Amino acid sequence: MIGIVGLGGIFGTLLRYYLGKWISAKVGTSYPWGTWVINISGSFILGILSGLHSSHSIPDWSWLMLGVGFCGAYTTFSTFGYETIGLIEKGNKSQAAAYVVTSVVLGILFAWLGHLSIS
Amino acid sequence: MNVIALIIGGFLGSIFRYEVGRWIPAAGNFQLATVLINLVGCFFLGWFFTIATKWKIRPDVRLGIGTGFTGAFTTFSTFSVQTVDAISGKQFGTAVLYLLISVVGGLLMSFIGVAIGKKSLHKGGVSK
Repeated sequence: MIGIVGLGGIFGTLLRYYLGKWISAKVGTSYPWGTWVINISGSFILGILSGLHSSHSIPDWSWLMLGVGFCGAYTTFSTFGYETIGLIEKGNKSQAAAYVVTSVVLGILFAWLGHLSIS
Repeated sequence: MNVIALIIGGFLGSIFRYEVGRWIPAAGNFQLATVLINLVGCFFLGWFFTIATKWKIRPDVRLGIGTGFTGAFTTFSTFSVQTVDAISGKQFGTAVLYLLISVVGGLLMSFIGVAIGKKSLHKGGVSK
């Protein structure tokens, strides 16, 4: 079971890194759009998966691999915190506030929409 | 080496998160494990990324431990979903407490991690 979680975690981590790099190359601002998109989209996907898991519509191994492993590793709280401190230190206080509020509000909203989409 | 470092870090970080989650029980509907994981991870990443440049830690090691391990260990999606779970269970007090401790606590831990990292750099600079 541990291996299944770890396997999903590998793909989540790789997608976070390469998608994050690709987004910042495209957008190229000081605002951390990469992590922003990743955390909100990952919250939506986990919302769907946890709904399916709690209604026993998907087998346990797929929840462990895609939910716990993939989504857990794809999204990240530590980078979110580090980037916020970085924005504050650069004097971009309003960007930092916007980053925190929109990440949290939209993350929760999209997790909820994920739940709704399968019920 | 970057991909290998990310693979090893992401694999171990995810497993570590899963195991901590299994060992630390939820306090009612309050998901203590996720809170602790995110707070500890925020502190560690702030410290590690701050000292990594000055200590000349290899880029692939920085990527493996920071982006790979710590990035995969902490999680935003579980935070979002557990907040929604608490709200849908009408546990509004728990939801607010969980949200505030995670977000305010997480940012505070990131800040403290960065500050301690800078302090240790300063001391290192003096002794050298």
